[in-house]
Amino acid sequence: MPDEFGYKIEAKVDMAASGTSVPPIDYVPVAERPEQELYHSKSWWTTYVFSQDAKYIGIQYTCVATAIALVGLTLSLLMRIQLAFPNLSLLDASVYYQFITMHGMIMVVFFLTALFLGGFGNLLIPLMCGARDMVFPYVNMLSFWVFVLAVLVLVASFFVPGGPTGAGWTLYPPQAITAGTPGNLWGIVLMLVSLVLFVVGFTMGGLNYVITVLQARTRGMTLMRLPLSIWGIFVATILALLAFPALLVGGIMLLLDAVFGTSFFMPASVSMGELLQTEGGSPILFQHLFWFFGHPEVYIVALPAFGIVSDLISVHARKNIFGYRMMVWALVIIGALSFIVWAHHMYVAGMNPWFGYFFATTTLIIAVPTAIKVYNWVLTLWRGNIHLTVPMLFTLGFIITFLNGGLTGLFLGNVVIDVPLSDTYFVVAHFHMVMGIAPVLVVFGAVYHWFPLVTGRMLDQGLGKLHFWITFVGAYMIYTPMYYQGFLGVPRRYFEMYESSYISTVGLNVFITLSALVVGLAQIIFFYNVIRSVLKGEKAEKNPWKANSLEWQTPKMPPEHGNWGEKLPVVYRWPYDFSVPGVDKEHIPQNVSPSEVAGAKVEKT
Amino acid sequence: MKKKEETFFQLISQKPWEASQAKLDNKHDGKTLKLSREKIGVRTIMVVSTVIFSFFVVAYADRMLIHDWKNMPEPWLLWINTCILMITSYFFHKTKIASDRSENVKVKNGLFTVGFLSFTFIFGQMLVWYQLLNLGYFAASNVANAFFYMLTTIHGLHLLGGLIFWGLTTSKFLKGNYRISKMQRSIELCAIYWHFLLIVWFVLFGLMLFT
Repeated sequence: MPDEFGYKIEAKVDMAASGTSVPPIDYVPVAERPEQELYHSKSWWTTYVFSQDAKYIGIQYTCVATAIALVGLTLSLLMRIQLAFPNLSLLDASVYYQFITMHGMIMVVFFLTALFLGGFGNLLIPLMCGARDMVFPYVNMLSFWVFVLAVLVLVASFFVPGGPTGAGWTLYPPQAITAGTPGNLWGIVLMLVSLVLFVVGFTMGGLNYVITVLQARTRGMTLMRLPLSIWGIFVATILALLAFPALLVGGIMLLLDAVFGTSFFMPASVSMGELLQTEGGSPILFQHLFWFFGHPEVYIVALPAFGIVSDLISVHARKNIFGYRMMVWALVIIGALSFIVWAHHMYVAGMNPWFGYFFATTTLIIAVPTAIKVYNWVLTLWRGNIHLTVPMLFTLGFIITFLNGGLTGLFLGNVVIDVPLSDTYFVVAHFHMVMGIAPVLVVFGAVYHWFPLVTGRMLDQGLGKLHFWITFVGAYMIYTPMYYQGFLGVPRRYFEMYESSYISTVGLNVFITLSALVVGLAQIIFFYNVIRSVLKGEKAEKNPWKANSLEWQTPKMPPEHGNWGEKLPVVYRWPYDFSVPGVDKEHIPQNVSPSEVAGAKVEKT
Repeated sequence: MKKKEETFFQLISQKPWEASQAKLDNKHDGKTLKLSREKIGVRTIMVVSTVIFSFFVVAYADRMLIHDWKNMPEPWLLWINTCILMITSYFFHKTKIASDRSENVKVKNGLFTVGFLSFTFIFGQMLVWYQLLNLGYFAASNVANAFFYMLTTIHGLHLLGGLIFWGLTTSKFLKGNYRISKMQRSIELCAIYWHFLLIVWFVLFGLMLFT
């Protein structure tokens, strides 16, 4: 049977459960499409550096993103020391602003986005969909190296005259490119070039993630049989493909303003007593473009985290996920709504107040699908067989953190409450809880969960628990006082604060800083655990967590190039068959045929 | 195995755990759309590009409301460039038809014509730039000029990106090292992309003409 391009198709009989003795219940018709031709590397360079194997690219992404995140973490600790002990004069105002800017941009774009989509996306999509690789492996490799280039350009801005830009991670014009802002000549240009490169690289990767999920799944793997991790990454990638262009357009226009003196965003202004040549530009236009990217960006990070949490919670509570379909719907609805809430970041920017009403309403509506997800996670735990493994601890930590981070978002979503709180530490605490700590807890949970898949060895559980408790409790010791500070009216963005007659928070600042240092240093436990386990960790058995999804069902663990050996797996069920009534097995992997579990009854869900 | 195309809403209301649904699902071959992955790839790129150009158009529309906007002239050369781009698209369509019929000589001539015309278009755009700069329309002097230079550059970069794939296809074709079906597919996709860029140019040119 020819396909749409007149291909002659050799039916892959072996893909279907072949042979004569197939029980009728297992029969699936032969495949209609040829298998993908797999690329095989021939030299050291193409195997270990310019690899086209998605698993390997995923690990490369993870390592680069983690390395740059350590830079971001160090910057934040230095800022905290400055805030707690202003008398040390560790950082002056310019350096403080440069560190704020770089910390924000590194963590949001170059760490979390790259890690969830580039790292986990590349590792999990082909394995969980039952594909041998991404659909365009060469483009995938290019995507990673463009990302590396973007990171290098960003890091280079530390070493140019004037240092990196200090415009804040939102890079608002006109101050981003006018004299007086640190890095207004070189730093801002390198930052924008780096972002443009990142968007180009991401688009190449995103093309792969979307099309692999849509078109390259194995037999029997319908979209509604996909694990929620893949749904999360899939929806987030679509968001990113539609949202990053706004950043690209804003970035290019700001770049032209900075380099060629155009006035897309630059109004007529006086700088250092001299009238600038620019006139008429609209700074608020940049804010709209930036936040049209910036708000979906929150969900580009959050949706993969939601998906991964759903899978971890189901596996470690040995119970099917409560309301699978509702979870998928919630992901899709959150994704769609995330495009019509952007201006809630701009309540104090001088918009028409009616505009604020609209965006406050949509913002509060987004709480509905998000709350559905939280309820479903909690209901999944109900009467589950909860194993308090390290991934499970991180998952539970995420749910609580996301819950209280999200609830404080309800305050900030309302215009009248946001106006007084907008410039205080309340905002800092809110988005660090919801977008910093919560996703990072998922990252850790996911690393502890999938580490055996990547290395074939287990991470040490004792060290893992120590790492979890210090990180989790420490995070609350950092951010709960910040909420309080915000209510008192302590302003954010100030590089030094002393005692004043009406607000006294110096003591709290010292407390927060000490907590931050403890949490920061506690990450050494994690890296020690990873390095020790890679070298001489306990060998993991196959499928150590007894999960059902396909990534654990490869013939060898860790999976080899091509993932599946001779035959692609055939999928007969969804990934959440735990404790199915009428079956001896405690869990049924997705590729177990119906005849092997003959007595299985349909589970109510 | 013919199955009815499901709407997205039907798809996400499936109950994968039910026995009746499992029977249907087991027959699923793992493809969501009946399109080749390359075709979906090109379409995705076109969607992303459309979003990018839409943002530029929105920014343009927003910015031109401010009083300092000064219209710039449209040199007659732009009309010629537009014609060149239209002819390119026409020839690409002819080439696609020829490749479907496996008329190799026509395909070869067609590919060369398309490449030549595309480079002529880019050269023509640079000529327009040269003219305008000589007349004193600098990017920094008015934002309308800046938009013109920026939009033509972005459009030109898209065309150059397409020319990379045109180059790959042509070199493969000349070496004779290809499967017919694959070559037809590449030429078809390139042609679609060229038509897309023509439409984008119509929108951009129209925008600058009527404002």
